[in-house]
Amino acid sequence: MSEMNITSAQYVTYDGVNDHIDIVIDGDTYSVPIAPANRHYAEIMRQVEAGTLTIQEAE
Amino acid sequence: MPISTINTNSIADDAVTVPKVTDQVLTHRNLIINGAMQVAQRGTSASVSDGSNEGYSTADRFNFQITGLTGVAYTASQSTDAPDNFSNSFKLDCTTAASLAATTNTRFYQRIEGQNLQHLGYGTSGAKSLTASFWVKSNKTGSYGLWFYNAGASRAISRLYTIDSADTWEYKTVTISGDTSGSITNDSGSGLEMRFAIAVGSDLTSGTLATNWGSLVNADRHAGHDANIGLSTDDYWQITGVQLEVGDTATPFEHRSFGEELALCKRYYQKHGNETSAYRYLAPAFCNSTSQAQGVLTLPVTMRAAPTTSVSGSFQLIHASTGSSITLGTKELNESSVGLQPSGSGFTANSGAIIRGANDATAQLKLDAEL
Repeated sequence: MSEMNITSAQYVTYDGVNDHIDIVIDGDTYSVPIAPANRHYAEIMRQVEAGTLTIQEAE
Repeated sequence: MPISTINTNSIADDAVTVPKVTDQVLTHRNLIINGAMQVAQRGTSASVSDGSNEGYSTADRFNFQITGLTGVAYTASQSTDAPDNFSNSFKLDCTTAASLAATTNTRFYQRIEGQNLQHLGYGTSGAKSLTASFWVKSNKTGSYGLWFYNAGASRAISRLYTIDSADTWEYKTVTISGDTSGSITNDSGSGLEMRFAIAVGSDLTSGTLATNWGSLVNADRHAGHDANIGLSTDDYWQITGVQLEVGDTATPFEHRSFGEELALCKRYYQKHGNETSAYRYLAPAFCNSTSQAQGVLTLPVTMRAAPTTSVSGSFQLIHASTGSSITLGTKELNESSVGLQPSGSGFTANSGAIIRGANDATAQLKLDAEL
């Protein structure tokens, strides 16, 4: 298995700016800061670059 | 003896040696956090299987990952079975066995921040040796892999240790040379990983053990490893007293107080809220409308990085002597504070408020800045 089984990802905005990304792993929701040093954000970007994950725009 | 009478005539020049005094006077030797497995903020037991609950599940700072061992399941726990002078160990107990594959790579590891390792002098001619020591116990005797990896330079070195007697706590020491070629990046990322092989297949064992620092060659990583945990439900593996220190001599384990160890762990993981069914306050807030409030949680320990947040259980907002159920959102996540955004209905607009657990033992805000 990959270290993180991310099944969905979506930007969350405040005041019109992307603040963080909500992701779902194993059915649980996590809020991930847009910060390269954060391991979840790094994994999101790795999976996006690999073409296995798409981040949905904020609602 | 009065101090005034201690002189070179009283103490022979070779009577006081580093091993004799290290345990008493030299602190901060251990580069590993929570080596005695005292801290388990996430919980003391978890069922871990291939694809479920892998990662940081029990003992803080230690990560357990399963790869290529389809169908296997373990109970990972903070055990009270430990050698003398320790109160806890980390235990993996196989509950569903699986078959080894070439790709099997099941491992238990801790990553150390690069900025905490600059004194090792890696990448220079003065690179220092490191010595690992630990207590280990298993039903399965044989050779086990221990691997050190500098991700920034993509360089590694390997060792083996042997469990000689089944079901017996054994003390092991392993020394590695300093890496004169690969420097460790000076930041808050992973500078060095110390990894224990739990079960590994031929993809990682078919070469020659990499006993010197060099570029990563997977086949050389765990050559000689022959004891695999997870192929029988009899299998278990326990460890405690994990220490990694500069030099070529293992010194006695550096016991830190629970409070010190917990504070170190909170740089990487924190949880706030209830421990039992209660109404523990989480943070102050302000109702900016009848359906939304804003709050802030100032963190007791600055985290390694802006944390990932997750919320469990039920929270409520107390405003103008009234309580309202809320959905608790987070925002503006950074290393020293977390913004809170409760939403609901019937809030008293423009009033101060308190966010608290709603008599729910699982009402917790969890912050993860692990490596």
